[in-house]
Amino acid sequence: MAELSSDDRLDRPDDLYAALTDAHEGLSEEESTALDARVILLLANHIGAAGVTIEALRQARESVLAHREDG
Amino acid sequence: MPKSYRYPVYPYRRSADQDASSPAHHPVIVVGAGPVGLSMAVDLGLRGIATLLLDEDDTVSDGSRGICFAKRTLEIFDRLGVGDRIVEKGVTWNKGKVYSGDRLIYAFDLLPESGHKRPAFVNIQQYYIEDYLIERAGEIDGLDVRWKNRVIGVEPDADGVTVTVETPEGDYTLKCDYLIAADGAKSGVRDFLGLPFEGRSFEEQFLITDIVMSADFPAERRFWFNPAFHDGQSALLHRQPDDVWRIDLQLDADADREAEGSPERTIPRLKAILGEDQPFEVDWTSVYRFRCARLEHFREGRVFFVGDAAHIVSPFGARGGNAGIQDADNLAWKIAAVLERKAPEALLASYEAERIPAADENIRYSARSTDFMTPKSRVNRIFRDAVLDLAERFAFARRMVNSGRLSTPSVYSDSPLNSPDAEDFLSGIPPGAAAADAPLKHGGWLIDHLGGGFAGLWFASDPGEIDAARASALERLAAGGLPIRVFVVAPEGAEGAVHDLPVLVDRGGLAFERYDASGGAFYLFRPDQHVAARFRRLEIEPVNGALARALGRDKSRSDTDARTAHG
Ligand SMILES: Cc1cc2nc3c(=O)[nH]c(=O)nc-3n(C[C@H](O)[C@H](O)[C@H](O)COP(=O)(O)OP(=O)(O)OC[C@H]3O[C@@H](n4cnc5c(N)ncnc54)[C@H](O)[C@@H]3O)c2cc1C
Repeated sequence: MAELSSDDRLDRPDDLYAALTDAHEGLSEEESTALDARVILLLANHIGAAGVTIEALRQARESVLAHREDG
Repeated sequence: MPKSYRYPVYPYRRSADQDASSPAHHPVIVVGAGPVGLSMAVDLGLRGIATLLLDEDDTVSDGSRGICFAKRTLEIFDRLGVGDRIVEKGVTWNKGKVYSGDRLIYAFDLLPESGHKRPAFVNIQQYYIEDYLIERAGEIDGLDVRWKNRVIGVEPDADGVTVTVETPEGDYTLKCDYLIAADGAKSGVRDFLGLPFEGRSFEEQFLITDIVMSADFPAERRFWFNPAFHDGQSALLHRQPDDVWRIDLQLDADADREAEGSPERTIPRLKAILGEDQPFEVDWTSVYRFRCARLEHFREGRVFFVGDAAHIVSPFGARGGNAGIQDADNLAWKIAAVLERKAPEALLASYEAERIPAADENIRYSARSTDFMTPKSRVNRIFRDAVLDLAERFAFARRMVNSGRLSTPSVYSDSPLNSPDAEDFLSGIPPGAAAADAPLKHGGWLIDHLGGGFAGLWFASDPGEIDAARASALERLAAGGLPIRVFVVAPEGAEGAVHDLPVLVDRGGLAFERYDASGGAFYLFRPDQHVAARFRRLEIEPVNGALARALGRDKSRSDTDARTAHG
């Protein structure tokens, strides 16, 4: 069974971070969201098992909602 | 009324029941002669159950309603004796095209595999389906259809149901053992019993137009997301018989129904789709707002709900009428078996256990399609458009594009009537699933040998090796209280009579392949052609056990299932 791995596995973390933000250069907020949606779809297909992406969505949502309680 | 079809009128006739001093009794009364009530009544009639069908109207369904009838439904229509007429009249299609803007993003084939009697879909106006079923009903002894008979009251008690009927000549009362409510989305029977019909409404409205034109577009389904001819909305085109074409156009939630349905608005829209030069005539126009809903229970004692009376869906996916006809297919043999005392009343609990999950599946599919077509929020639209964009380049995204997931038969995986596999099957047709078809060597189709009663398919690679003892045990099985018709399925080249059992020769090995039967297998089919059980080796005892369970005679199990179905 495929599971979402949250081990420390990324080979070039700084490069990836820069690429993530650079990709949004010059985009409107609408376009940025559109870009994110495409990235999610492409990566979800790369992963293959939908359960992995669904688990990532759950954890991401939890992390966002945690701010609500803090604030 | 559409001009492309001449509406029959079925005259009201006074029945002797109207002059009876006490209410006449009928084993089964079906309320509503739509496609579902008609299928139910014909099925019961063919099983020898005296059935009374009541309809408040005196003709077939009016206007633009169902047009797409799925393979499984066509197989049921074959069993009812109207399949050939429907397929001959209808427009057969397997292919569809999906456009985004004005670009074709992909084409699909719903039945990429050959070797089936029936195609994925046939398009035919619902009124023809009803018309043919009404004619068929007229050929069946013991099936009585009464027009202009409106049910205005239903009172169930422990051993029957009292029904009040209004006619042009006044009211009368009837009694029955079982009442089948097939009275459509606005079911009065539901109201008489005080049952809530809850679900979800979609805000968008749809303009549904049937036009008459002679055009040589191919017989395929075309769906557009965001076409230039219909700014930002969706559109669907289907071909029907008689040069009639169906066009569905999405409208805004707050669009003015009256104005949008007027020729001043519709004609320019149609010209934009079809081209200025294409002559056409508008046959029928209506504006719909769709809803998904279902009853919590499909049975209240002796009253059963089928078709739109039990559940409604938005039409994308053609799941409404198809599901309703499958309800009838599921219920008719059970009612017949109980009335003929071949099965305990407990069998009837399986109707809900099987058809409620089927309704939920249909509602889930059609709600998801509607959500994809008409995104409800900014984020929904962003993901929808991302999928459409990627679909042009990547096959994976095409599988997410949802322009309607077209009706496929439900698999009754958790049915109390199934006997779970005791041996390994890697593929094939699992218990609860509808039979797979395959071509036979001497003409004809496998599916045509199943249904009606229980049936067994004994896949034998070398029928010559079937010993006489086993064959005679099988013949006894076939001659039991509830006969099972057993066929030997033999590979090409191994034909020849097997004792007294009929042999079906598998053309091209498709039946063995589709049933995962290369190592030998025995499949037991219910009267609705669904698999009840399958075995690697044929032993008479387990087959008898599976038959008992499929008839609801396995007491321990059906009781618990009845409880969970109501829980
Ligand atoms: C635009 C549109 C497109 C559709 N497309 C498809 C499609 O492509 N494929 C598909 O499978 N489905 C489709 N459907 C759905 C399909 O039309 C319905 O699911 C189907 O008609 C349901 O059949 P029914 O017999 O349950 O009910 P109905 O067809 O509504 O029949 C009910 C019958 O009961 C009678 N009746 C009602 N009350 C009483 C009473 N009190 N006493 C006596 N008689 C009564 C009525 O006269 C009527 O004849 C579509 C629907 C719409 C609106």
